[in-house]
Amino acid sequence: MTIFIPGQQGDSVQELTVEELRNKIGTGMEIESEDNMLLSMGPQHPSTHGVLRLLVELDGERVVNLAPDIGFLHTGIEKNMEAKTYTKALVMTDRMDYLSPMSNNLGYILAIEKLLGIEAPPRAQAIRTILVELARIGSHLVWLGTHALDLAAMTVFLYCFREREYILDIFEMVSGQRMMVSYFRPGGVWRDVPAEFEPQMRKFLKFMPSRIADYEGLLKKNPIFMKRTKEVGYISGEDAISWGLTGPSLRGSGVDWDIRKVYPYLLYDQLDFDVPVYNEGDVYARYLCRMDEMRESLRIIQQVMDNMPDGPVNSDDRKVVPPPRAELGRSMEAVIHHFKLWTEGFKAPEGFVKVSIESPRGEFMTYLRGDGGPKPARVHFRTPSYVNLAALPTMSKDLYVADLVSIIGSIDIVLGEIDR
Amino acid sequence: MDLNTALRELRLLDYLRLLWGDAPWVEPVLDLISIITVSTFCLLIVIFLIWLERKVIARMQDRIGPNRVGGKFGLLQTVADVLKLLTKEAITPVGADWVAYNLAPFLIVMTALLMWAVMPFAPTWIGVDLNIAVFYVLSISSVSVVCLLLAGWGSNNKYALLGAFRAVAQLVSYEVPMVLSLIVPIILARSMSLIGISEAQVLPFALLVPVSAVIFYISALAETGRTPFDLLEAESEIVAGFHVEYGGMKFGMFFLAEFISTLFMSSLFATIYLGGYRFVLGELFNPNYTTGNLAGILIFFIKTFLVYFVFIWIRATFPRIRIDQMLNFNWKFLVPWTLVLVLVVALLDRLVADSGWTVRTLAHLSSNIVIALIALGFARRRAAREKLFEEEFGVAEEIARPMILGSDGHDDHEHDHETHGQPAPAHD
Amino acid sequence: MNVDYLMPYVPVAVLLGIALFLALLLPILSVSLGPKRPHFRKMQPYESGMTAVGKAQRRYPVKFYRVAVLFILFDIDIILIMPWAVALRDLGLFGLGAVMIFIAIFIIGDLWAWKKGLLEWD
Repeated sequence: MTIFIPGQQGDSVQELTVEELRNKIGTGMEIESEDNMLLSMGPQHPSTHGVLRLLVELDGERVVNLAPDIGFLHTGIEKNMEAKTYTKALVMTDRMDYLSPMSNNLGYILAIEKLLGIEAPPRAQAIRTILVELARIGSHLVWLGTHALDLAAMTVFLYCFREREYILDIFEMVSGQRMMVSYFRPGGVWRDVPAEFEPQMRKFLKFMPSRIADYEGLLKKNPIFMKRTKEVGYISGEDAISWGLTGPSLRGSGVDWDIRKVYPYLLYDQLDFDVPVYNEGDVYARYLCRMDEMRESLRIIQQVMDNMPDGPVNSDDRKVVPPPRAELGRSMEAVIHHFKLWTEGFKAPEGFVKVSIESPRGEFMTYLRGDGGPKPARVHFRTPSYVNLAALPTMSKDLYVADLVSIIGSIDIVLGEIDR
Repeated sequence: MDLNTALRELRLLDYLRLLWGDAPWVEPVLDLISIITVSTFCLLIVIFLIWLERKVIARMQDRIGPNRVGGKFGLLQTVADVLKLLTKEAITPVGADWVAYNLAPFLIVMTALLMWAVMPFAPTWIGVDLNIAVFYVLSISSVSVVCLLLAGWGSNNKYALLGAFRAVAQLVSYEVPMVLSLIVPIILARSMSLIGISEAQVLPFALLVPVSAVIFYISALAETGRTPFDLLEAESEIVAGFHVEYGGMKFGMFFLAEFISTLFMSSLFATIYLGGYRFVLGELFNPNYTTGNLAGILIFFIKTFLVYFVFIWIRATFPRIRIDQMLNFNWKFLVPWTLVLVLVVALLDRLVADSGWTVRTLAHLSSNIVIALIALGFARRRAAREKLFEEEFGVAEEIARPMILGSDGHDDHEHDHETHGQPAPAHD
Repeated sequence: MNVDYLMPYVPVAVLLGIALFLALLLPILSVSLGPKRPHFRKMQPYESGMTAVGKAQRRYPVKFYRVAVLFILFDIDIILIMPWAVALRDLGLFGLGAVMIFIAIFIIGDLWAWKKGLLEWD
């Protein structure tokens, strides 16, 4: 494969293979000493959480310099979405942050709803809140498992995946899909949750706190784990803000910033929950933050489950939401709407919106511009992993290779979201 | 003695000795038989052991483990794995040092097998009862460092090289507390032969000198490169360490050697600290009790597997420590305290040499407990001091250092380069 | 030279032979059973899926040598202690006292190396 990039003199063109280009990024890094070793960690590396490549300059075991290299998983999601109707583009958001597809769906759907000026009925809002928090727990479980696995605590990994399996089963029950759910739709959700949903959730709420205690029993007071995470990957609150960190990575540095509290969406302004904040700014603080967040998510789910409103789960705006199946046989209008919505899709007005939500990894912002047609003119996502990754060199300067792995784990990146 | 008793008591060698008389060729032939038995025996046990480890760790992690090959419990899984590895292509990567690359797995299997020559499975079931068995074991096992070095260096791979760096630092460091802690049972048993040490244990030495046992156990973990000391093949950091470039049976040989030496370490622990083939309870209640060969083997393996089970348990529980922590733990904690332990045990042994077992046991046990308490107290005080520093300056000492030396860490690094080779100023 | 001293090592030599045989057998079996389809890509050293930057056979950082030198100092001396441990009772008070001093020097040596920063890993 060959690609063309502009050479040094503006007009000349150089022919390079992708591999050469990659290595150019490598040799372009300034090496501090000839004795140091340049090592590329990734893309095929067990602990770079996907296909992240880190070009590392090592002095023995010490990281002197570090350059993250991304783009191995680029799928052109944002551009592809411009070629699909608003509804059909939804499935692409699942594939970005594949560990919490519910959050991506929500960010995108809220942007569409804001652009259209509609709102989902209360029951849909409640279901969305529950599922998004469930996705947060699921995502944090994967984070905890892989983070522990990076530090070689293998058992935690398997325990976490056991509980995540339960969450995925719930997702499958409500949406028919374990991971790529696409459950939230403009104006509501795909369909109401099945009857088994509530008992399953109650069961989950019952056993999950003790499971979280189990993980903590394996890690929280483990001297080796504390040695490996405390005072490692330090970033101060100011630095974290200037790097644009969000989510638990920011809150681990003592900055109380959670979109759910600052710009509430869904039902969050009616719910009673705390935002865990820790001041140490190291890997351990971020660990504590996420563990507490799981508990808070359970609290949120419990509250919403206890006050679950009844009623429709979809807006009755027929210009956006397709009519229910039963109406098709009775109403001509319903047939027309059905046909229109599934062929052309709804048209959104001209203009742009920005909607931020708190995804498990941090602030997930959707920028959506409509041009009056049925397809978005431009979609852009500000994904938390992408921004958080940028702070990695700052955090891992002059630490060990082993610490590097632990820091990558602690900022919880998903490469699908970074490369999009 | 007839053949039946010989078979029943597993004393075939004695039977043959009786049968053949004392011709000059008899002893060498008997040696040959016993050594072949020992080497094949340990290989068979290792095949079973790999299955056992996978099964046990699977149970600890809420999984099933191997369950397809060889019946419901996957008993033949390891055999299938070996067959698979055998039919894989043997490659030597470009740029690798052919001799070093191919010599390493070869040597490491040899060293792992050679160690078994002196291991007493039962009173008369031993390859050869050397009077310097402990010496022999230590010298053979230290060859494995060279193998790892050859493998890491010869692979032409940076991960392998990092693994070799780590292997050298780790194996070499933990050899010191391991040998030191072995001096304690040698003092108590006044023998370096493993049979001699087993016979000297009226009570298992683990009860007499628990601190020495614990130190040996920790060093054994490090020497065999198991969690939490699996830095040399840390999968999440340096992919597979020194054996990244090895595939097929060459990898299989590293794997085999690792398991053989882990099994050896646990049986060494069982022999030196738990009394080996001796059934202590039986001896306590019946002074005339002697362990037969069959019972000896059973007891030996029960003890060995118990020790090995703790290996597995630790592997399922602990994260991995970092290289500087590993070295600090060794040189700043284990080595000085083991030296103190040797001093105290030697002195005490001298003082209570002529007393009975009860007095000796109590004396050694109490001295061990006192040493352990003092050592832990020191460690705790050190940790408290570090914490005090943190509270006073708001940052940890480790983080504070680059801040004091240079604003962005670059200066700090150059400073490091200047002082390479010379001792850096002490930070404590 | 007294041959009797070497007699116990005959089985060790035999085991060496067996180990040699086994260690040779495994690679030979593997070479004869396995396929032989060399390929340029397959033979490349692994560096996380990228072409390796620079060469891998390079000098060891000096800190690893420091550990190795420490080890040699300690290990040789420990090996000297081991025969003493066996003969402790026969050596009398002099033997005990001499080695006590020897070990005490070690503890001081270790603490000195610590104080001098030899044990700091960076």
